[in-house]
Parts: sequence; structure tokens; C-alpha cells
Amino acid sequence: MLEYIFGVISLGLIYVIATTGLAVFTGFTGLFSLGHAAFFAIGAYTAAILTYFYGWNFYLALAAGAAAGGLVGFLIGYPTLKAKLRTDYFAIATLGFGEAIRVLLENLPITQGARGLPGIRGETNLPVLLVSAALVIWLARNLIRSRHGRAAVAIREDFVAAEMMGVDIFIGRLRSLTFSAACAGLAGGLFAHYFCFIQPSMFTSYMSTQMTAAVVAGGMGSISGPVVATLIFIGIPEALRVANIWRLVAYGLLLVLIMVFRPQGLMGYREFSLDLVKGWFGLARKGGKA
Amino acid sequence: MSAGETNVLELQGVGKRFGGITACKDISFTLAKGQLMGLIGPNGAGKTTAFNLITGVYGLSEGRILLEGAQLSGQRPDRIVRRGVARTFQNIRLFRNLSVLENVVIALDCHEVYPLHASFLRLPFVRRREKGLREEAFAYLEAVGLADKSGARADAMPYGLQRKLEIARALALKPKLLLLDEPAAGMNPEESYDLARLVRRIHDEFHLTTLLIEHHMDVVMALCEKIFVMNFGEKLAEGTAEAIQQDPSVLKAYLGEGFKRAQHI
Repeated sequence: MLEYIFGVISLGLIYVIATTGLAVFTGFTGLFSLGHAAFFAIGAYTAAILTYFYGWNFYLALAAGAAAGGLVGFLIGYPTLKAKLRTDYFAIATLGFGEAIRVLLENLPITQGARGLPGIRGETNLPVLLVSAALVIWLARNLIRSRHGRAAVAIREDFVAAEMMGVDIFIGRLRSLTFSAACAGLAGGLFAHYFCFIQPSMFTSYMSTQMTAAVVAGGMGSISGPVVATLIFIGIPEALRVANIWRLVAYGLLLVLIMVFRPQGLMGYREFSLDLVKGWFGLARKGGKA
Repeated sequence: MSAGETNVLELQGVGKRFGGITACKDISFTLAKGQLMGLIGPNGAGKTTAFNLITGVYGLSEGRILLEGAQLSGQRPDRIVRRGVARTFQNIRLFRNLSVLENVVIALDCHEVYPLHASFLRLPFVRRREKGLREEAFAYLEAVGLADKSGARADAMPYGLQRKLEIARALALKPKLLLLDEPAAGMNPEESYDLARLVRRIHDEFHLTTLLIEHHMDVVMALCEKIFVMNFGEKLAEGTAEAIQQDPSVLKAYLGEGFKRAQHI
């Protein structure tokens, strides 16, 4: 049982890493992606191929997976973001890109097509995941509190005004996309070495949607919100496994309820902090008096 | 003093067409250093289009725009900002979900240079710079009288204060040329006098050259030593406040025959 709980936590942390990156891209820069599973897959395959076929060191392979994710993010972002696509058109472009990568993985010799890669070394463990997640959250937090992060937020808020503040919109968006793609790549590498098996059908648009849903439900402009939302979204279906297929209904219902009652997400434009918790109690008291 | 050195802004035969519609045609004027010029005219005369052309939001169809004698036209808006042109917007464009202070800090970032890896690692000098930026931003809020609102959310403030924040944000870009697009729009006479005094004060205090679009004629006449009048995208008249108020074509097209001379503030 304990092992099972650790398993759920591990999966949760892998998604936290990917979602934190996506939070920077969607929550802070204001662009939507429906193809982040592709960066996840690229990281997973890069890291797995390096340890599986070439016997690389696990940590080096992880770094290579993150770098590959980031590089592909940069390459796909360069033409699409340069063209200043509207955010909805950009989302459609990422959807197509995600599917294209999956089909590519199904047809390349080195990825062994739909059979996938079985027997990857199982080197991802809870300490590695905890350190990775903490590192990514720390980097993301530092980024958004810097001038580079403020530029991203300015683009989200009003890109015409951002341009009039001397912000290079293209560079700002490309930077966030590259960072989020690298985070997804890192998560993918950890994923591959956790389950010891990957195949293209794991990285569908369902995975991309789940990540974007966690960011939106967690709250735009927040890192802690999407982190909590991810853990909930991974945890609830697991906790409801006894309910069989109804757990997916519960998952959908939860998402709808969050959007109806908290359209700004769990933590829209805020972070979890001691002051906030105190505020909740303060609010509760006021509510009681009234 | 030679004319080339002292002209901050120079428009030479500037024109802009959108398909078959001519929004601006053959607009030429110069703005000397330290001048405060008014740009007036009926709605749809092309005043905001002129601002969009100067700031690079639109590309020019004809003519040239020079900033301190150097070509400005054809550059991207963010580059033009870095060269010293700041503007405010007719329809307020603040970063609504951010605090008043953060709005100004983003403008200050324009001249901030610390590199990306320093941001990621939040190196000690980044921390120090960030603290410095906040203090500096606060000083700009004080300059427009918003110091006590620094923590408020930008869109939670009343309309008039949002306009002041736009001005503070523009000032924080440390511009040579400030373009104000109807800063007194929607204000009552008392508020607009108050705003006119603010514009005059920051113009002097920050050694700016200012171009002002405004429909409150008393504000324009009291502030501007020189006025440029547009109508249907073309120049209608140009001159001192006194001359403009007696110009028959301006009275006919815009001010109205019964226009009374404004009092000085």
C-alpha cells in the first residue's frame, strides 16, 4: 500500500515538473499549448535512447532530454511566434505539432515504432523527483520575479502596451516556450526511467490537455496553484480507482466545478503563503459575523 | 543653435493609407527640444494614427520620421521606445492584474540589463537591482501623486488615477519625447485643470519634449505654445494658441464660431 501511495506521489511529481513549466508559458505569458505532450515525449525518448542504447549516465541523459525538449520548443516557437499568431491559432498549431511528433515516434527506427522501448533502467526514485521538482519550481519562481518574467507578464496582460514598454514580444514568448518545453522534456526523461517502458501512444493530446487543464484550474499567474491542481488531478482518479470508469466522470465534474465556482482558478494571480492562509481565516470570521 | 540639433521630432510628408482610406496625408511638423505642442482636430482626423506612426505601431506609407535627426520610421515599436519615445493610450492600457508599483517597474525594465541566467539563479546582484528598481518606481509614483496607491491593483483605481499611472509608466521609460493621447478624456473641468498642471510640471521637471492630443481646449490652449490642427487626415493649421483661436478655418472645422478665448492656468 505504501509503495502504491509513493507511486501516485511520484507520478504527481513528474506532472508537477511539466506543469510548472507550462504555468510559466500559459499562466504568466498568456499563450495556450495543446501539444506539450510532444515535448514530454521528446524528453522521454531522448533520455531513454541515451541510457538504453548508448549506456549514458542517468543524470546526463535527463539533462539531454530537457535540452532536447527545450531545443524543439525553440525550433517550433521560432516560426510560429515570429508570425505573431493569435493565441488561439497558436494553440491549434501546437495541437498539430503534438500529433506530428507522435506519428514521427511511431515511424522512426530508433524509437522502435509503436512497440516502444521496454526495459529502460528504472533509475527515477522519489528523492530524485523531489529534488527535480523543487529545482524546477525554484527556477520558475526566480524567473517570474525577474525582469524577464515581468516582460512575460506584461505580454500576457496587454501585448500592445508591453511593446510600448520596450518589451520584445517575440523574444519574451519564445523564452517562456523554450523554458516550458525544457521542463516537459525533463519530466519526460524522469517518466521514462520511472515506468521503464515508453511507447508513442502514451503521449497523446489527452496528456497535453491534462497539463493545460491543471494550469487553468490551478490559476493563471500562479505557480503554486497549478502545482496543487496537478497533485489533485493525479490523486483523485487514483483515489477513485474503486469507482472504475466513473472516476473519469468525477475528474470532469471537478474541472467543471472549479471553472464554475472559481473561474480565476484555485489561485488566480496569487501564491500560497502564510498570509493567505491567515486571510482565509480572517475572511471566515468576517463571514460569520455577517 | 542649428535647427538640426535642437529638433527632437521631425515629421516629413508623413502619410498613411489603409487600403483606399487615407488616414494621414502629407503631415509635416517639427518639435524643438523642450517644446510642448498640442495636436488637435475633430474625431477621426488622424491624430491617434499620427501617434501610431511615430511609435511604429503602423508602418508609414509615405514620408519620414526623425528623432533627434536620426531615422525612426521602419523600426519596431519596442526599439523606438528604447530610443526615447514614450506614449500613453487614449483607451487606458495598463497591466490590469498587476499592482500599481509593478506597472512602473515593467517600464523601468526597459533600461535594465541583467542577463537571463542571473534571473534564473536570482544572484545577489539581481536581488539588489530588484530592490533598487522598486525604490525608483516608487519615486515615479510620487512624481504623479500615486505613492499611497503603490500596492493597489491597477484596475481597482478610479479612472483619473489610472491615467496618472499611465503617465508615471511612460515617464519611467525615461523618454526624450512624451506622447500623451487625450490624458484628460472623461474628466470634469476641475480634474482636467489638475491634470494640465501635472503635465506642465512633469514636462519641466523631466526636461521633456511633449506632444499632446486633447479635446479639452482650455487645457490645450493653456499648456501648448504651439498647436497643430488636423482635419480629415490633413494639416488644417499650425501656429501659436492665439493664432489658432482666430484662424477662420479652425473655427469653422473644429472649435466652432462662438469659441471664446481660454484663460491661462
